[in-house]
Amino acid sequence: MPQTTNEYLLILPFLVLSAGIIVSLCVELFFRKGKELLPYLSIALFLIVAYLSVGQIYEKNVLFGGMLITGGIPAIFNLLFAAAGVLVMLNSIGFLKKYGFYHGEFYLLTQLSVLGMMLMAGSGDLVTVFLGLELMSIPFYVLVGMNRKKVSANEAAMKYFLLGAFATGFIVYGIALIYGIMGNTSLIDLTENFYIYSENIIFITGFILILIGFSFKIAAFPFHMWVPDVYQGAATNVTGLMSTMGKSAAFSVIFILLTAVFMNDAGSKLGNYFAVIATLSMLYGSIVALSQNNLKRMLAYSSISHAGYMAIGLAAGNKAALAGIMFYLAAYTFMNLGAFGIISIIEGEEDKQTDLNSYAGLAKRFPFLAGMMALIMFALAGIPPMAGFFGKYYVFISAIQSNMTWLALVGILSSVISVYFYLRVVVYMYFKEPGEEISVKSDYSAYAAVIFAGILILSLGLFPDTFLSVIEYIISV
Amino acid sequence: MDIWGIVIESVVKILFVLTIMLLTVSYLVLAERKVSAWIQSRLGPNRVGWGGALQPFADVAKLLLKEDIVPKAADKTLHTLAPFLAIFIAFSTYAVIPFGPPITLFGREINLHLADVNIGVLYVLALTSLGVYAITFAGWSSGSKYSLLGGIRSSAQMISYEVSMGFSIGGVVMMASSLSPVDIIESQSGWMWNAIVQPIGFITFLVSAFAETNRLPFDLPEAEPELVGGYHTEYSSMKFASFFMAEYANMIIASGMIVMLYLGGWQVPYIEKLGLGSPFTQIIQTLSFFVKVGFLLFFFIWVRWSIPRFRYDQLMNLGWKVMFPLSLLNIVWVAVVIMLFN
Amino acid sequence: MNFELLLFIVFALVAAVSSLMMITRKNAVISAVFLVLNFFALAGLYLLLNAQFIAVVQIIVYAGAIMVLFLFVLMLLNTGKEEAILHGKKPIKYFAIFIAAVVFLQVAYLLVFGSGSFTSNPDIEASLSSGTVETIGREIYTKYIIPFEAAGFLLLAATIGALILAKKKFE
Repeated sequence: MPQTTNEYLLILPFLVLSAGIIVSLCVELFFRKGKELLPYLSIALFLIVAYLSVGQIYEKNVLFGGMLITGGIPAIFNLLFAAAGVLVMLNSIGFLKKYGFYHGEFYLLTQLSVLGMMLMAGSGDLVTVFLGLELMSIPFYVLVGMNRKKVSANEAAMKYFLLGAFATGFIVYGIALIYGIMGNTSLIDLTENFYIYSENIIFITGFILILIGFSFKIAAFPFHMWVPDVYQGAATNVTGLMSTMGKSAAFSVIFILLTAVFMNDAGSKLGNYFAVIATLSMLYGSIVALSQNNLKRMLAYSSISHAGYMAIGLAAGNKAALAGIMFYLAAYTFMNLGAFGIISIIEGEEDKQTDLNSYAGLAKRFPFLAGMMALIMFALAGIPPMAGFFGKYYVFISAIQSNMTWLALVGILSSVISVYFYLRVVVYMYFKEPGEEISVKSDYSAYAAVIFAGILILSLGLFPDTFLSVIEYIISV
Repeated sequence: MDIWGIVIESVVKILFVLTIMLLTVSYLVLAERKVSAWIQSRLGPNRVGWGGALQPFADVAKLLLKEDIVPKAADKTLHTLAPFLAIFIAFSTYAVIPFGPPITLFGREINLHLADVNIGVLYVLALTSLGVYAITFAGWSSGSKYSLLGGIRSSAQMISYEVSMGFSIGGVVMMASSLSPVDIIESQSGWMWNAIVQPIGFITFLVSAFAETNRLPFDLPEAEPELVGGYHTEYSSMKFASFFMAEYANMIIASGMIVMLYLGGWQVPYIEKLGLGSPFTQIIQTLSFFVKVGFLLFFFIWVRWSIPRFRYDQLMNLGWKVMFPLSLLNIVWVAVVIMLFN
Repeated sequence: MNFELLLFIVFALVAAVSSLMMITRKNAVISAVFLVLNFFALAGLYLLLNAQFIAVVQIIVYAGAIMVLFLFVLMLLNTGKEEAILHGKKPIKYFAIFIAAVVFLQVAYLLVFGSGSFTSNPDIEASLSSGTVETIGREIYTKYIIPFEAAGFLLLAATIGALILAKKKFE
């Protein structure tokens, strides 16, 4: 396999991040003030990655004998991960001090998990998929449990680790079965001959096992058991990290696996699987979220239902669906990061002030935060000109195109249900009298993160066509 | 092709190596006692034979005549298996270490090693990594707390030092670009000994070799003052002797490995320029191997009677925080050397 | 009967019997010992397939390092209570047998109907040398360089994570 310097230039985003991880490790190790520097170093790294990825969007390359794919959709995902990474970092600077875990390892692990996500999004081989998945998940398990004094964090980490390992087991077993049929692990071969292979029962079994594994990771309904406890138990910035980027990375792999389906506009036998998952996730997430008083837990259930909306696109399985889910993922990422950012600002020590009552009358005390929160809640609920609306809209349209109108109707029904619990937060903030006094430390970098998230949500909502046309162009090439 | 010739050659070589090993082991014990006596200004054993020369045979006779005790709480099978395992692993490792250049005898070319395995270095690593089982089994199966503690310490220590040992060997393999012992020795012709080219790797390997053979300052698995006898507290008679022999056999193997990997094996620098002719060159080279091994064995004994035992946490700190990074540094160094000179 | 077949039968028998013994022994340490024996038999089978590297790595890594750590933990813990759970619940046993049967059927199916690479290899020479250290090294550093480096970072992540979770105190 000939390798040219050119190949190494094309994986520059990966190389930069890898080198950055090593540099961060040394900075943390050898300088006493190193950990003060790490968040800024990470932000710089993510910005470079984002810049490099933007340059790659229009040139798609298959590298290292089909192990890695750069450009195109992987580049958009890299951009998404990097942007979300910047937001998480901004959010974490002040929050970690408050949370009682102020250590450099947080930044290192975040960088490592982002590297894993980028590998997942760019993988051209099941081996890379698996390694990227583990590189993403293992830092997640640790990040969730990093505050060892907190019992709920320990419980969350344990649950997440056990169920995550279980899901990984499904994925590895599926890969083994697929390897048994194909004789190789190349995803390019899988895409080209998908319809030939999928005649084989063992292949389909393996494929579904992999999809089940990733359904765990995207937190879809029958595989969602870990979500509420883990999202609530983990530190709020970590919850933001894994609920958005983790989900996007898992979707990126599902896209790669289903490329053949999406590109042929043909749907597949797997459509039914996704339709069931989508219906159950949407309804379960929306209905259970109705009775939640803790904001983090509510967002956890809402994340299950969002996974359901996106699964509608997977069930539809056409080009419009691919573009729709991409848009949805971007919107969802910034909405959730914004929401968790605000929660982390309001949150007091030891997980206090995360329930709805703490938000009563927030508009009078912190008009800016309340305004941002209201904006994000409207967006999450899918009220028009916000980003969330267009995400759902595109996904529903794709379902109708694939003759799955009933699925779109279920989606709309679920959205209507979800409006209640999103707007309840707004009602609490604007129309309730303030309860007990809450103390909030001002944290400018976290404010910056929230503002950026807000800007991105608004711009995605106001100019959805710009983003969508890029994706559609890439898909059509 | 004469199959019988090969069989006879192999049998002779095996017998030769085994005899040498057993004799060396028994006299190494004597040497240890003599050297320790010398270091501590004592006389040492001097009653049996001329100046104590027959002492090893007296020891063997004594051990053979002792009662073989298996404790009641012991797991009999493993308790019996452990000493055999120890001695089996110790002796079978020697198969791939060449002790001399190829010689011609009775019209046949004879290689002075038992087996030319092209992944010989990995073979040695695999077997030494198994050596820990003998000690761990012995420690667990004895049904005694002291033995158990010895076994646990041993397993932790072996794993910790195997890492830096493996990485040190990595540097050697990089220089030779082969895993075959013969190639490794030939890559160190002249003064290109690995001990000179990669001194860091030499030191890390040497220290790891001490740890792997459970010699002072790393003899925590037996640590007499704390653990009575460590893993072999509950052993007696020939089973105890097996552990004893295995320890000394391991010393010889470690020395042989160090000579092979870092001190140029059987090579004597620039000997071919002396023009001594066929048989003498080979004899000198073979002898040089034994001299080098002999010096290293003396070094082992010397260190034992000079340096006190490490504490357990010191042992772990040294292994993970000093030896491991140093051996990685060595790999980088070797890579730089190869980049610059090839 | 040639020598290779004889060796295969011996190794296969040892592997099968030792794995059976491993799951039926009451004492966890003895089970671990049989697992080590099983690894040896597997290493022998790998050698018969000309996969020297895998064979040696199997012994160095699995038998020499991982199982030693297993034994280390088993010896530190009192494993007496574990037996009761494993031997008490019958349904788990039957479930395990069911799963084993499913896996067996799948492997059998793959062997019979799997892709061509299992039944016959067009290039026997290539397959003979594919297990040597040289071939594997070359593959790892050319075609599989990305997964290889990713695995390196994975281990780094796991190390950092383990240190955070197990560190006694911070600063």
